[in-house]
Amino acid sequence: MPDWFEAQHLDYSYANGPLVVRDVSLASTPGTMTAVIGANGSGKSTLIRMLAGLLRPRAGKILLEGILFEDWQPRRRAREIAYVPQSTAAAFPFHAIDMVLSGRTPHTLRFRFESVADVEKAREALETAGAAHLAGRSFTSLSGGERQMVILARALAQEPRLLLLDEPSSSLDLKHRAALIRALAGLSEKKNLSVIMITHDLQLTGAFDRILALRCGEMAAAGTPDEVLRDDVLRDIYSDPDVHARRIGDQTLVWVDL
Amino acid sequence: MVRALAILTLFLIASMAVGLSVGSQHIDPASLFRDSFSRTLFFRLRLPRVLLGSIVGSSLALTGGALQALFRNPLADPYTLGVSGGGALGASIAIALGWSSRVAGIPLVFAASFAGAMVAVSLVRTIARTGAVVLPGALLLSGVAVNLIAAAGVLTIEYLTDPSSALRILRWLIGSLDIVGLQPIGRMLWVLAPAWLALLALSRQLNLIAIDEDTAATLGVNVRRCEAIVHTLCALIVGVTVSAGGAIGFVGLIVPHAVRMMFGEDLRIVLPGSLLLGAAFLILADALARTVLPSGELPVGAITGLAGGPVFLWLLRRRQQYAAM
Repeated sequence: MPDWFEAQHLDYSYANGPLVVRDVSLASTPGTMTAVIGANGSGKSTLIRMLAGLLRPRAGKILLEGILFEDWQPRRRAREIAYVPQSTAAAFPFHAIDMVLSGRTPHTLRFRFESVADVEKAREALETAGAAHLAGRSFTSLSGGERQMVILARALAQEPRLLLLDEPSSSLDLKHRAALIRALAGLSEKKNLSVIMITHDLQLTGAFDRILALRCGEMAAAGTPDEVLRDDVLRDIYSDPDVHARRIGDQTLVWVDL
Repeated sequence: MVRALAILTLFLIASMAVGLSVGSQHIDPASLFRDSFSRTLFFRLRLPRVLLGSIVGSSLALTGGALQALFRNPLADPYTLGVSGGGALGASIAIALGWSSRVAGIPLVFAASFAGAMVAVSLVRTIARTGAVVLPGALLLSGVAVNLIAAAGVLTIEYLTDPSSALRILRWLIGSLDIVGLQPIGRMLWVLAPAWLALLALSRQLNLIAIDEDTAATLGVNVRRCEAIVHTLCALIVGVTVSAGGAIGFVGLIVPHAVRMMFGEDLRIVLPGSLLLGAAFLILADALARTVLPSGELPVGAITGLAGGPVFLWLLRRRQQYAAM
């Protein structure tokens, strides 16, 4: 059986510049969580933007249910894949609940407003994202972390089967980071949601099924947390001889000598 | 949604009544049945003027709302982005060449004005956009630059052309709703009504783009195509309105924000709401322009400019407060 979501040998370059992603492949099956790690500028965001359909690969192909990405109708594809960007700027003071409700778009008829059921789903999504208290607030008045939770709720309201997240934890505090990972793990287990998430927070990656590491746009390592979160592999990924990883119980502690 | 549009429709009807009842000559409704002079005055001058006001107001407000969403910039409007200016330059060239020329049945002034507006909107967009981001400062500054270039172009044409054409350009540029008869209005509606509907049909896509471009794309909107369509429709609508009523400023800025304040941010309400309120706004502004002086009348563009400038500054101040957070 072919993998449900599959990216094969992706290359990408901005304009006529050098390749920033080179020959990267990955696959995801329903209910699995994949973390993408790597140094700044290693091509993580470019990769995930290709997976979200926002950038078109220079070479290689992306398949969803064995069908080429470009052959999917955008609206149909939006029911399968949701994307949480690194940050969202807001020009207009939309209410948080309206932002979340926009996630229902691929499921509603073109000239219809969202139904009561859609509003209910949006509220549930806010609840799951831990942002129910923000529903009536204006998006422009929220902090970076609060915005991130609302945007996550929007992606959840989209009811995708694959969720792509670009460093969602970077502006979250310790408690909300843990809550995010728990929420994602819960959805992955109960609703068979697949997750592909970029993160710099290596401690979080212990909760994932697979880790893909990029270095200068190329795949440096791929495997289970046990295979990747090791001194030698991490030193290679970050090109730094002072990185250490230790297993403590079922958590992995990663640090760098200062 | 229904409530919002009902309220605005009632307001529009009331504004029309006001617009039809005021003027240099009082017209008693009863006299319309008896007196042919009153009838001529009413049907040849006053009614066309009110209708033109509503069409121009609707057009500018609708395009203003659409451009604000497309560029994610509350300060965008056909006037501030130089789209009206580009249209005005195009139309001036056509006027200098001769009012009545037609190419393939389309008045040259319409066509030239559309072309000018299209060039302006493309130019402003190309300069302000880097990747998926539209730089707000660059957008408005390139709008200013396009306006300056267009104004210089118009000035040059006025200087070079014969005095009667120059006077016509000058009178028309200030922005006036002075027309005779209903025929030109019918002609405009042939173009405008379909363009309005097409733009309204894109409300949902524009609403998602107003939130965020990448978000819209991952929710299934073809952003590039939508953008190209909205550009063309806005240039078409502005081109037609400018060639008929001159460059009337700030209607497209004030009206969508007024609708937002009353009924929220959802573009699916803001756009049809702007269509209705824009008409009412310009009818009232024109009624004011006709009556504020004891004799003669002010150009309506002066009224909207005086009202719109302060609103622009207030929005600018408010936006800086967002940005600071």
